Amino acid sequence: MSVDSRRNGRLALAFHTLFVIFLLAPLVVIILVAFTPKGYLSYPTAGFSLRWFREILERPDFIDAFYHSLNLGIVSATLATLLSIPAALALARFRFAGREFLNGLFLSPLMIPHIVLGVAFLRFFSEIGIGGTFASLVLAHVIIVMPYTLRLVLAAVMGLDRETERAAVSLGANPFTSFRRITLPQMLPGVAGGWMLAFITSFDELTMTVFVASPSNTTLPVKMYNYIEQTIDPLLASVSTVIIVLTVAFMLVLDRFYGLDRVLSGKG
Amino acid sequence: MTETVMETMRPRSPNRARHLERWLPLWLTGPAAVFFLVLLGMPLLMTLALSFYTFDYTAGIDKTLTFANYAEVLFDGYFHEIFLRTYAISLVTTVLCVLLGAPEAYILYRMRSPWRSIFLLVTLGPLLISVVVRTLGWVLLIGGNGLLSQLLQGLGLAGSRGVSLMYTHTGVVIAMVHVLVPFMVISVWASLRKVDLSTGDAALSLGAKPFTVMRRVIFPQVLPGVLSGSLIVFALTASYFATPSIIGGRRLKVVATSVYDEYLSTMNWPLGASISIVLLLLNVIIVMSYSRWVERRFRRTLGEG
Repeated sequence: MSVDSRRNGRLALAFHTLFVIFLLAPLVVIILVAFTPKGYLSYPTAGFSLRWFREILERPDFIDAFYHSLNLGIVSATLATLLSIPAALALARFRFAGREFLNGLFLSPLMIPHIVLGVAFLRFFSEIGIGGTFASLVLAHVIIVMPYTLRLVLAAVMGLDRETERAAVSLGANPFTSFRRITLPQMLPGVAGGWMLAFITSFDELTMTVFVASPSNTTLPVKMYNYIEQTIDPLLASVSTVIIVLTVAFMLVLDRFYGLDRVLSGKG
Repeated sequence: MTETVMETMRPRSPNRARHLERWLPLWLTGPAAVFFLVLLGMPLLMTLALSFYTFDYTAGIDKTLTFANYAEVLFDGYFHEIFLRTYAISLVTTVLCVLLGAPEAYILYRMRSPWRSIFLLVTLGPLLISVVVRTLGWVLLIGGNGLLSQLLQGLGLAGSRGVSLMYTHTGVVIAMVHVLVPFMVISVWASLRKVDLSTGDAALSLGAKPFTVMRRVIFPQVLPGVLSGSLIVFALTASYFATPSIIGGRRLKVVATSVYDEYLSTMNWPLGASISIVLLLLNVIIVMSYSRWVERRFRRTLGEG
């Protein structure tokens, strides 16, 4: 065939190149500025320096915020996964009154703007007297990451091969053993993919967290946002570079493990 | 899906099975349901109540019910401007995301084996990187001393003072498109996976021009992806906080940043609450009516064959 619709023409490749430049330019610029030897925002034209990376180590507030974000991501992703597994099993395998309602309820945080969730949590947590605590951050984050864990765990349950389960039970395994030894291992990739997506969503969240965080319990995005409000200096670029490098490493693991397009389109 | 727990669990009596089938789903969904009803339901109801409370700059929040907050949000020109600006930015951002994201998804789809997965990762990867970081990148690019300004100066297109897109609609839209275009790519990508590319080959071999193939054969097949991607991008932009806040600043207030200011600067929580309730309702109305419109449209197209 002389013409093949499956190949990209020259125009398409030019478009693609510009698109990729557009996507990567802000990230590349941050990484370049992070290596400046100067005291202000500038490109490292005269030579590269690690000065602003050493500066991070002098800033316990940024390091604390990083650890808070890390802990928050791990705890909230784990709790959301633990709530999602039984819920997904029930939603996938039973027809019961309220099933549609519950499904909608668990996915509803995707439709509610995070700014609205933020102000709602701010009011709620301060009224019940746990405003600004780490526990309140965890509760709020479980709500916003649960749709992600539920979707991926649900997709995993739907794709299960039920024959092995039935075989185990007919061979005398009790339902719990069959769940633990047969069902759960088969669900594991979906569960792990959901956990990772939930973790990164929690780790990056700003809009809602900015309302529920307190000076002693702040996360890295909130810390950076408040810093930007005051001043923008190369320290932000070096902190951002660290975040970019860690996120890319995380993304490669997630992609190798589960497939990034599958995770992000939530289609399992 | 229709099979029941009876098959898997083989209980001793049918009675027990019926009992189990009735109660097991409730036990399984119970923890998550209680968690959501308390931690999502209560805060939203309290905010709804708060939006009807009276606020006074000296006395603070008073639980006397009033419609004054809603009257201000709905009838004050100041808020009209903020809502109009927000939805105008959302509309332009959505159109640009379609124009950039849909062709890019198609190009990615036609790529060969190693390149396809590499560039899919490059395109979708930024979604995982903190929005604060990505927006900061645009500040460095389009700010007064940024690369864009230096580039334009080098080309002799800008004066010695440079060009800054900070605090402009253009700057906000560029950064918003950057933040949200991966959602369009993933959405179109997902519908492209269902498309049969040989239909394009067939059209070509029958003498259609490549552009015609694109418009008449490929595009109608990925339209659902474009439409759902548009909804995601539009709804997210309308309530976005980080990017408009950092790049638009106080000069270009959008709905989300005005909520932030009412809560954390002015401390007028009841007014902030009513702005957020209006935002939430508009979001729900837009999402619902758009989905209904898309559904009707597709049913009609299918009906006409």
